[in-house]
Amino acid sequence: MMRRLLLAILLVGATLGVPVDTQQPEPKQQEEFVPIDQLPPQDQLPAAPLLVTAYSFVVLALFAYVISVARRLGVVQRELDRLQSDVKRPRT
Amino acid sequence: MPKWFVPAAVVCGLMFAAAPILIANAPYESTMGLVQKIFYVHLPSALIFLLAAVVCGVASVRFLFGGNPRHDRIAWAAAELVVLFGIITLVTGPLWARKAWGVWWQWDVRLTASLMGWMVAVAYLLLRKYGGPGSDKLAAGLALFGMANVPFIYISVNYWRTIHPTTNVLPTLPVSMGLPVWFTFATFFLLFILLLRMRVRLEEQRARLDALYLSVDA
Repeated sequence: MMRRLLLAILLVGATLGVPVDTQQPEPKQQEEFVPIDQLPPQDQLPAAPLLVTAYSFVVLALFAYVISVARRLGVVQRELDRLQSDVKRPRT
Repeated sequence: MPKWFVPAAVVCGLMFAAAPILIANAPYESTMGLVQKIFYVHLPSALIFLLAAVVCGVASVRFLFGGNPRHDRIAWAAAELVVLFGIITLVTGPLWARKAWGVWWQWDVRLTASLMGWMVAVAYLLLRKYGGPGSDKLAAGLALFGMANVPFIYISVNYWRTIHPTTNVLPTLPVSMGLPVWFTFATFFLLFILLLRMRVRLEEQRARLDALYLSVDA
C-alpha cells in the first residue's frame, strides 16, 4: 500500500513538475508609471509625424497627378486647336 | 468630357473634405493608437491599386484579342493609376509599420508581391514610352502578369505566415471604424473613375492629333 502511494506521488510529481520547470519566467509586473523618456527607444517613436507624413504624401501625390494629367491635356488640346485652325485656313 | 464629369468631381471634392472629419472621429485602436489612423488611407489606396491592375489586365486582354484601340487607352490609363495608388500604398504602409511592427519593411509575401505588382506597372509605362512600334501588344502581355498577381497579393496573408493583418480584419470592424474606411474607399473609387476618364481623354486627344497630322501630311 505504502509502495503504491509513493509511486503515485512520484508519477503525479513528474507530470506536474516538468512543465513548471520548463515555463518561461513571468515578466516583472510594472508597479508604477514609467515616464515616456525612460521607455526603450522603439517605444518612444512618436506617431504624429508618421501620420502627418502619410496623409501629406497622399494629398501631394494625388494633387501632383491631377496637375500632371491636366497639364498634358492642355498641351495636347492647344496643339490640336492650332493644327485645326491651320487646316481650316485657306492656303495661299 | 462627359456631362457627369464635373458634378462627379464636385461630389468627390466634398467627400475628400468630409473624410478627415470621419477619420478624426473614429476611435483609437487599442494597441496601436494614433498611428493606426493611417489605415483609413492605406487600405482604400491598396484596394484601388488592385482594382486598377485588374482594369489594366482586362482591358489589355480585350485589346489583344479584339484590337480595339479604346481598350488599349483604358489599359494605359489604368497602368498609370496602378503606379499612383501603388506608390501611395507602398509609402503609407511602411510609415504605419515603423511604429506598429518596429520596422519599415518586411520581406513577407504580401509586401513583396505588392512591390512586384507595382514594378510590373512601372515596366508597362516604360515599355509604352520607350518601346517603339509594337510596344502596345508587348505591354498588354505584361499587364496580364500584373493582373495575375492580384489574387496572389489578396489571399497571401491568409495562407502564409506574416505579420500583416489578414483579410478577415475588415468584416469584423465596428461601425465606428468601418464607416470611415468605406467612406474613404468610396471617395478613392470615385477619384479613380474620374482620373481614369481624364487619362483616357488625354489618349483620345493624342489619337485625334496623330490622325490630324496624318491627314495634313497626306
